[in-house]
Amino acid sequence: MISARGLRKAFGDFEAVKGIDVEVRRGEAFGFLGPNGAGKSSTMRMIASVSPVSSGELRILGMDPATDGPAIRGRLGVCPQEDTLDNELNVFDNLYIYGRYFGIDRATCRERAQELLEFAQITDKAKAKVEDLSGGMKRRLTIARSLINNPDLLLLDEPTTGLDPQARHVLWDQLFRLKQAGVTLVITTHYMDEAEQLCDRLVVMDKGLIAAEGSPRQLIDAHSTREVAELRFGVGEHEALAEKIEDLGERIEVLPDRLLVYSDHGEDVVTAVLDRGLHPIATLVRRSTLEDVFLRLTGRSLAD
Amino acid sequence: MASDMASDTGSDTASGTKPPTTSARPVRPTGSLSAWEGMARQYDYWLTVLKRTWRGGVVSSFLTPLLYVVAMGVLLGGFIEGDPDRLEGASSYLAFVVPGLVASHAMTIAVSESTYPVMGSIKWHKTFFAQLATPLAVRDLVNAYVAFVMFRVASACAVFMLVIAPFGVFATWWGPILAWLSQVLVGFAFTTLVFSYSARLKSEEGFGLLFRLGVIPLTLFSGAFFPISNLGPVLEWVARLTPLWHGVSLSRMFCVDRIDWALAALNVTVLVTLTVVGWFLAVRNLDRRLEV
Ligand SMILES: Nc1ncnc2c1ncn2[C@@H]1O[C@H](COP(=O)(O)OP(=O)(O)OP(=O)(O)O)[C@@H](O)[C@H]1O
Ligand SMILES: [Mg+2]
Repeated sequence: MISARGLRKAFGDFEAVKGIDVEVRRGEAFGFLGPNGAGKSSTMRMIASVSPVSSGELRILGMDPATDGPAIRGRLGVCPQEDTLDNELNVFDNLYIYGRYFGIDRATCRERAQELLEFAQITDKAKAKVEDLSGGMKRRLTIARSLINNPDLLLLDEPTTGLDPQARHVLWDQLFRLKQAGVTLVITTHYMDEAEQLCDRLVVMDKGLIAAEGSPRQLIDAHSTREVAELRFGVGEHEALAEKIEDLGERIEVLPDRLLVYSDHGEDVVTAVLDRGLHPIATLVRRSTLEDVFLRLTGRSLAD
Repeated sequence: MASDMASDTGSDTASGTKPPTTSARPVRPTGSLSAWEGMARQYDYWLTVLKRTWRGGVVSSFLTPLLYVVAMGVLLGGFIEGDPDRLEGASSYLAFVVPGLVASHAMTIAVSESTYPVMGSIKWHKTFFAQLATPLAVRDLVNAYVAFVMFRVASACAVFMLVIAPFGVFATWWGPILAWLSQVLVGFAFTTLVFSYSARLKSEEGFGLLFRLGVIPLTLFSGAFFPISNLGPVLEWVARLTPLWHGVSLSRMFCVDRIDWALAALNVTVLVTLTVVGWFLAVRNLDRRLEV
């Protein structure tokens, strides 16, 4: 569905995407996970065939965005990071008018718009102005709009940013169903739980480059230990204490508010720490997540 | 949900599309819409815009110009001697000023519809960005936009001409039709040129400049209200270089039926050329502006 080789995007002297290789297969859910400024949106806009490729090769649905732009865009659904809803149109018209741009006939368009209002759970707002919607509702409307043309490939740039937890889960469920129906999904996110929940495969992106690639499980296995012991001490003590317990795990990360000790046996680490006469305020043993992978690969946490 | 498709992942030979070429922009990408189809798909959008704005349009398109006619043509014109030789062939000042007023009115509508609303579609409502994520191309956006503005210009000028007809200011029945087409041409030239200007503009301040240094001087000194021969030889030639004068010249010669076909051909050529140049600039500037 998507194939990129040595893909780059430059804005003047600044390179936002510095040569990435990506393959997305039909029917899978593929993720770009990365912090602010990683180049996720820049990549998505190139895939959406609205932003010209600076260099490298890009094929979407077997076509070249430079020469087949309209044909590609006709089969994509795009949910941009920043909503591009028309504030001057009401909710229903935002769907209906957008559908007309794809050449969908009026009756079908009206029917689809109605269905999508239900999908987004905003049927009662059909005649409301977009301005009067909450941020989460706007987001859902944008996603609904991206589905108006029954796309083969759906591009979602941070689909759940700004949604409350319940709305996020509803949306995940809906995206999962789309996937079941055969739609290929490409998602960017900085939520690792979202990436774990939704993505069959993902790449970790940082500073315009791909740092790692694989399924969430593979990435965790390859770049982290089975478990992590989190130790919280008093403010300012973490740096010094890290040296005393460095040998207890395979690796140790010092965060401002806690120490992360990576080991396949987290409980043993905690026991050993206590044996050394150290008294953490709080301890927690948990499984490794993509957050840990990310920390390992980039030296930063996703929240930054 | 997803329909089955013929082509799949990257392998260009298998999917039967053209071999990989580096991204040189083609003249017509595959899947491009015909100009007609590109506009037709935006019809419903512009219909909603019309429904939203027609009331304000009635006031500015019909009422304001009629007030001008009464004030300038009838009341002020009453003081002016109707000597056809000094009024470019018009039998009265009213007959002189009406064709000029309508032509400059065409310009005013074209300009006001191609300034703030263009910036709005780029900056405030993001309409253009949403549209470009679909099969529509920049060219299609410009075409539909210009078509909409031209609908406004053409309908406003037509109503104006119809309302004024009973006052006996037109020399023939067919002249005003040609005059109306000339006013439409004025609309085309200004819409495309001003659109190309607005597409580049980052902030609204540029519009104030356009109105003060462009629209107002043109309205006053392009022969709409008095013969440009009154300006003196140098300024008269300056006036002849302005796009609006060509429209006023056409509009008036058809209304008063003193037609100089060679001059008419020149006037039309100038306005058509400006429209074509304006259209290309509009597409180019909007393309650059929206590129990310
Ligand atoms: N149109 C533009 N002009 C100039 N620089 C840009 C433009 N768009 C993005 N950039 C720069 O490119 C870099 C990558 O931006 P991008 O939006 O792709 O990041 P991102 O991974 O989507 O980040 P976020 O998580 O904040 O959305 C940033 O440093 C940004 O400032
Ligand atoms: Mg982004």
